[in-house]
Parts: sequence; structure tokens; C-alpha cells
Amino acid sequence: MKFVSEYRDPKAAEQLAAAIRKKVTRPWTIMEICGGQTHTIVKSGLEDLLPKEVVLVHGPGCPVCVTPIELIDKAVAIAKRPDAIFCSFGDMLRVPGSSKSLFDAKAEGADVRIVYSPLDALKLAKQNPDKQVVFFAVGFETTAPANAMAAWQADHEGIENFSLLVSHVLVPPAMEALLSSKNCVVLGFLAAGHVCTIMGFEEYFPIAEKYKVPIVVTGFEPLDLLEGIYMVICQLEDGRHQVENQYVRAVRREGNRPAQKTIAEVFEVSPRQWRGLGEIPASGFQLKGRFQKYDANRRFPFEGAPAQESPDCISGLILQGLKKPHECGAFGVKCTPENPLGAPMVSSEGACAAYYHYGRRQNIQPELSGPASR
Amino acid sequence: MCLAVPGKVVEIMDAGDLVFRRAKVDFGGIKKDISLAYTPEAEVGKYVLVHVGFAISVIDEEEAQRVFEYLKQMGNIEEELGEVRQ
Amino acid sequence: MADAKTFNLSCPVPRVADDRIVLAHGGGGRLTHQLIEKIFIPAFGNPMLEQRHDGAVVPVNGSRLAFTTDSFVVHPLIFPGGNIGDLAVNGTVNDLAMCGARPLYLSAGFILEEGLEMETLRTVVNSMQQAAANANVKLVTGDTKVVDKGKGDGIFINTSGIGVIEKEQPNGMPHVSPGLRDVGTTNASISPASVQPGDVVLVSGDLGRHGIAILSVREGLEFESPILSDCANVWPSVEALLKAGIEIHCLRDLTRGGLATTLNEIANDRNVCIKLEESFIPVNETVQGACEILGLDPLYVANEGRFAVFVPAAQSDATLEVMKKVEVSQGAVRVGEVEESPVRTVVLQSRIGGNRVVDMLSGEQLPRIC
Repeated sequence: MKFVSEYRDPKAAEQLAAAIRKKVTRPWTIMEICGGQTHTIVKSGLEDLLPKEVVLVHGPGCPVCVTPIELIDKAVAIAKRPDAIFCSFGDMLRVPGSSKSLFDAKAEGADVRIVYSPLDALKLAKQNPDKQVVFFAVGFETTAPANAMAAWQADHEGIENFSLLVSHVLVPPAMEALLSSKNCVVLGFLAAGHVCTIMGFEEYFPIAEKYKVPIVVTGFEPLDLLEGIYMVICQLEDGRHQVENQYVRAVRREGNRPAQKTIAEVFEVSPRQWRGLGEIPASGFQLKGRFQKYDANRRFPFEGAPAQESPDCISGLILQGLKKPHECGAFGVKCTPENPLGAPMVSSEGACAAYYHYGRRQNIQPELSGPASR
Repeated sequence: MCLAVPGKVVEIMDAGDLVFRRAKVDFGGIKKDISLAYTPEAEVGKYVLVHVGFAISVIDEEEAQRVFEYLKQMGNIEEELGEVRQ
Repeated sequence: MADAKTFNLSCPVPRVADDRIVLAHGGGGRLTHQLIEKIFIPAFGNPMLEQRHDGAVVPVNGSRLAFTTDSFVVHPLIFPGGNIGDLAVNGTVNDLAMCGARPLYLSAGFILEEGLEMETLRTVVNSMQQAAANANVKLVTGDTKVVDKGKGDGIFINTSGIGVIEKEQPNGMPHVSPGLRDVGTTNASISPASVQPGDVVLVSGDLGRHGIAILSVREGLEFESPILSDCANVWPSVEALLKAGIEIHCLRDLTRGGLATTLNEIANDRNVCIKLEESFIPVNETVQGACEILGLDPLYVANEGRFAVFVPAAQSDATLEVMKKVEVSQGAVRVGEVEESPVRTVVLQSRIGGNRVVDMLSGEQLPRIC
């Protein structure tokens, strides 16, 4: 497949890995934020090609994992309504709420459907005028244009039996929250390539400057990740902290303007709860103005008890890259993909699930350097 | 969460308003109907990056070659200098 | 992103309510195995069942017969390259072939949904007749039930099959390699129990066609050249191997859960590690493309005309030569090898040289594709 296969070329991968090995003189901890990148890293065994000085940690890159339990409970409650068709991307189905997941609800008879695109949910609403069709709008900025378009089209066509349960999370505020924590060990970032395809990468300049960290916008194929890592390492070794773009074939500095325009018309920035991290100000989207009528949160009032996380779950530490999944006592024992205790084990792109599924269960304990470049 | 796949635009179905513009996109032999609402510059023959049914970017084919050019250069330099790869 | 999440084969289910059946229990992965271990084996346990092979080899009056059963609940009923009828015959024929037995007789039980079009039934039955004729098996008994509209998915078919183990050593004893676990004469020598460290694994052709063919209908994917299900009878290939005197340790078909699931079952059972090389795994380009856009891993996608064979390393080339001469296995290729290891898992070396574990599927793969 063009623009996919060539980025998996083993010779090129080895060349880039060799370049990294040559450049590195001391330990560096680099974080990637996007679950898709975590997935590629673990699936291709990329870390096997890197020198032990380069430590990759995985950030809160999975919007599925960071969706608060209360929202899952809300989704389940809506799904159980006899007049509702609840639509979602597949992975959300498995997230356990306080007592059950959407998948459990489906097994108990709720009309829960997996869709490929939010427009499919809108189509269902048109086809089922006597039902309330609700779409679980989860995602980073990457998915916001699609969700915005669904709301926009619903409004344009006067469709009333459609609504969105919104759980959008934004990357830059999460990065800032991580970087401003006094426990932060991250020295360089691979920024999420597809998020930047939409939003551009202007927002990262002030962050790089303030926290003195290199940030490289990176793609998702093995060569992209290796090149992105190489670019971060070069900066770290040279003592630079700039924003660079590895994913040049898909990302422009200003991002996708038409997409940003539609997002701005439909959504506004709001504070958001991140499961495992707590509330981060200005880190989410909510529907605004005339689109508020499509907010499932408003349309379906819900009384739920505040949810409790398992005391064994250290997801906060995992999502900040302070611990690796296999360093958690519950990992693979009490906490498995069949029985997830917390956020990162839930989605297959969550760090714990990725580690579990792809078997990265060995201990890699290189020395972590102090913030040498700050 | 950001799975986006590159595909080639093989046919464009205009529907008046740009917002409703759609295309048949070929992913290595499989064709899917995709919205071009966010890529007004997409043309037949160009490659787009597709995410949840929407093209989110037109792939810059020249830039796509960049990393391979760079690696080729790196390879040439190493040969010239007679460096031994680790 | 929706693609990866929607149809990600590695999608695990959340806290499984042990009090209810969920779709994943039929997925062929972990939950299916748990169901077997927790409910069925405790109830029915006997040495033959506990072999956990595709079929059972039972002694009857000096002969060794293979006996198997399978149910087919695929949706859609008709898909590119076949229909539920083809599956129903070939699936059971193949299970017998996996025991090293010549398939002979089938039964067929039909559960039909009220309102099913007669024409559909005719199409399915005609396909069954053709598949049976092609496989030289006779459908000798059957049953039909009809359920209320809404209580079935058009057609459910169960087929059971009987075959005979023909390959015997000159002294009349079944061929048994030295050093194999001795579990009594009721067991086939061709079974997971015979897999040993040092064996190599071959597959009979490219992977993923059936699963993608099914999904293409469900997802409305348009293919330039459509992907057809690989549904086929693999006995001719097995027969050729037996005739050539290849020391076959194990045969397994690669249905629900794909190659990854089959190999995991064996690794678990035999306390070995199976090592694969990604660049050797055969996948057709278009199938690979479909997997990319649907977010699937071809290792987990179902096949209906493919099998894996375990032979001693020394016989690898000979095995390939025999298989390539038979049409249904002309795409045969060696994909990995078996190593002694307490790790009991399947490890894949990726194209770029890194390693990862190919785990058992945790949860729901694809709803009812075979």
C-alpha cells in the first residue's frame, strides 16, 4: 500500500536505528502521546532496535482510556433506554463503568451499535425517526471535525432525534499538565501526527519554549517513529528545544483550516476530567451555541453516584510515564484485558493493554537522566 | 485513536456545496466512499489521508520522499567515509 | 481511528459477567477456551475430549475412525466466494482431514427461521451437494427444525462427519514417532500432542481471505477485484502428504481466530514457544489493504480453506514440495518453528526486526463469520 508499505522497510529502519545509536551519548526519556503510536511501537517491537539509553514512555494518548467513569455510566444509562439506539466506535464498548460497560448493556438487550463514522449514526437517526440516536463522540482533535460535521449536518437538515455524548480531549493541555508536574521525567515529545494534521503545530511553540523540551510532530509507521525519535535525540544531544515536523507529508504548520473552522463553529473549549489524571482546564470540547441542542448530556438528565477507581490501579503514574505497565503489581494478575482495573488496560492502544497484548513484560530499567537539558 | 489511512482519489462526486463533496478513494484495491468536506484541494489522482470517513489531508508526495532521500544521502556519506555501521 | 477500534481483532471485552454468555464466548479466543474449560470439560471429560483437537479419533472394531461436529452461523448467508452451505460441508470435511482421516460421511441438521426464502435454501443446499461431491463425501442423514421469525438468523447448520484413518505402518500399528506422549491407542498420532521442539510450521496458503470476504459485505467495501472466501476442502493436500510418507506431527485448520489462535492453542498445550517471521507470513495485497483500513491484524482473521502443518525440520522442504503440487495448497510456505520454552507463547519477529508476542485473542473478534 502506497505511503504505508515503504514506511515499514527493514533496511531503512535499521539505517535510522543505527543513526540513533550513533548519536546517543546518554540516557533520554521520550514520550509519545498518541495511542496509535504506542500501538506501532509495541507491535513492531521498535524498542528492540533502539539503544538502551533511549527510553520510550507512553502518555495519555488514548481518549478511550481517559474518558471518565461517570461518562460511561451515563452512556450505559442512555443505551438502556427503550427508545434509544446508542452508537459508538468499537473500543468504547469495552470500557467498564461503575458496574457495567456498553458491551454488558448490549448483552442485556440494549440497542448498542458499532459505527465507522459519526455520519453513519446520523444516517441511523434519519432511518429511525421514532428512536433517539446517540453517538459517543470520543476522541482527540483528530476526530472533532467529523463529529462537528455530524452536528452541523443534523442542524442543516433539521434532524432532531440525534445527539452527541461528547468526550473530546485536547493534546497540548495534557502535555502542559504533564510537563508542569514536579515528577515529570519526560525530556522530549513525539507529538501526535494526526492531531496536528487538523490543528497544525503552532500551539507547541510556547510549550517547547516554556519547558525547554524538543517536540517533534511524528507519524505512525515504524520509519516515522524512528525518524521522529532521531530528530528528538539530535535536539537533546545538541541542547536544542524546538518544534519540528517529521510528518511533513501530511502535516502543515497551520493545519487543516476548513476543519478548524467547522470545529470552531460547533465546539468550544471547556475543562475536562481525564481518567487517571484528574481535571485539566481548557482540555476538552463541548457543543456550543445552536449546537447545544445536540448535547446528549443535556438531553438526558442523569443522576449517578460519583464513581470509584480501583485502589490497585496506578494509571495516573502510567499515563504520566512515571511507571511502565509491567511495574504495576496488578498488571497481568488482577488487571488484564478481560478484567481491566483502570483506563490504560481498557483500550488496545492504552499502554497497559498494548504491553499485555504484545508481551512486553520484561523489565527494562536503564538509568533515567535528570532534566539535563532544562 | 488516530488511525488514518492513505488512499488515492479515483472519482469525485460534486454535490454543489463543498461541504457535501465526496469521493471514491482507493486503498490498495479497496474503494470506499469518503467525504472531502475538509480537503477542498483534493483532486483525482492525489492521495488523501482518511480518518473516520473524512479526508483530513492531501498527501504531499514530494515531502513523502524526503526521509528516503535523506537515508540515501546518509548511506552515500557512510560509504564515502568508509565508516563501519554498528 | 474508528476503524481500528471498530474492528480491532485484539479488542478485549471488559469484566466478563460470568453469569452470562457474551458474543466473545464464540470468538475462538480466551473466552471460548474458558467456557470449554469451565463448563464443558468438567461435565463431559474423557481422554478423547481432553485432546481438544478439531476432531476425535475413536477405535471401532479394529479401525480408527475420526468423528467431528461443527455448527455454522455465518452472517451474511451468502458472501463472495461461497455461502453457509459450502462452509458447512468443507468445514467439517476439513476437521476430519486435520485428524489425518479420509472424510466419508456427513450428517446435516438445519435450523431454519420462519420466513426464510425457499430460493435461499435451495442455493445453500445446492452448494452443499456440490461441495460434498467435490469432497467425495456422502450426506447420509439429517434433520430440520423451524423456529419463529426473529429467533434465528435465516439458517443455522450443524454438520457432523465421520472419516477413517487409513495410514498404518506395515505392522498394523498406527505410526507413532518415538518420544511422543503416550496417551493410549485411542489417540491419533496426528494431533497437537505430537508437536515437538524443533518442528517447523507451514501454512497452506495466504491468510485472511474468508474473514475479509465476509466483512466486505458487512462494511460495503468495494474491491477492484473482489476478495473471495478461500472456503475449500483441504483433504487432497493432506492425502498427498500422507501418501508421500511425510512424518506429520500435527494439522490444524485456521478458522475462527486465525493463525494466531491456532498456534497459541498448540503452544499452550505443548509448553513450547512458536516463533514466526512476519516477512514470511503470506497475505494477499488487497487483503492486507482491507486489514489496514479496518484496523485488523491478518494473523487473527478467519480462513476456511487453509491449514497449518507441523513437521520435523528435516522434512520441511519435502513437505513444501508435496503441498505446492496440490491446488488447494499451492501457496504453501514455511512461517516459523517450534522451540522448547517455558514461555508457552507465540512470538513474531516483525519486518523491521523487533519482536512481539502474538497473544491469544481476549475478546470478541468478528460476529459470526463461520
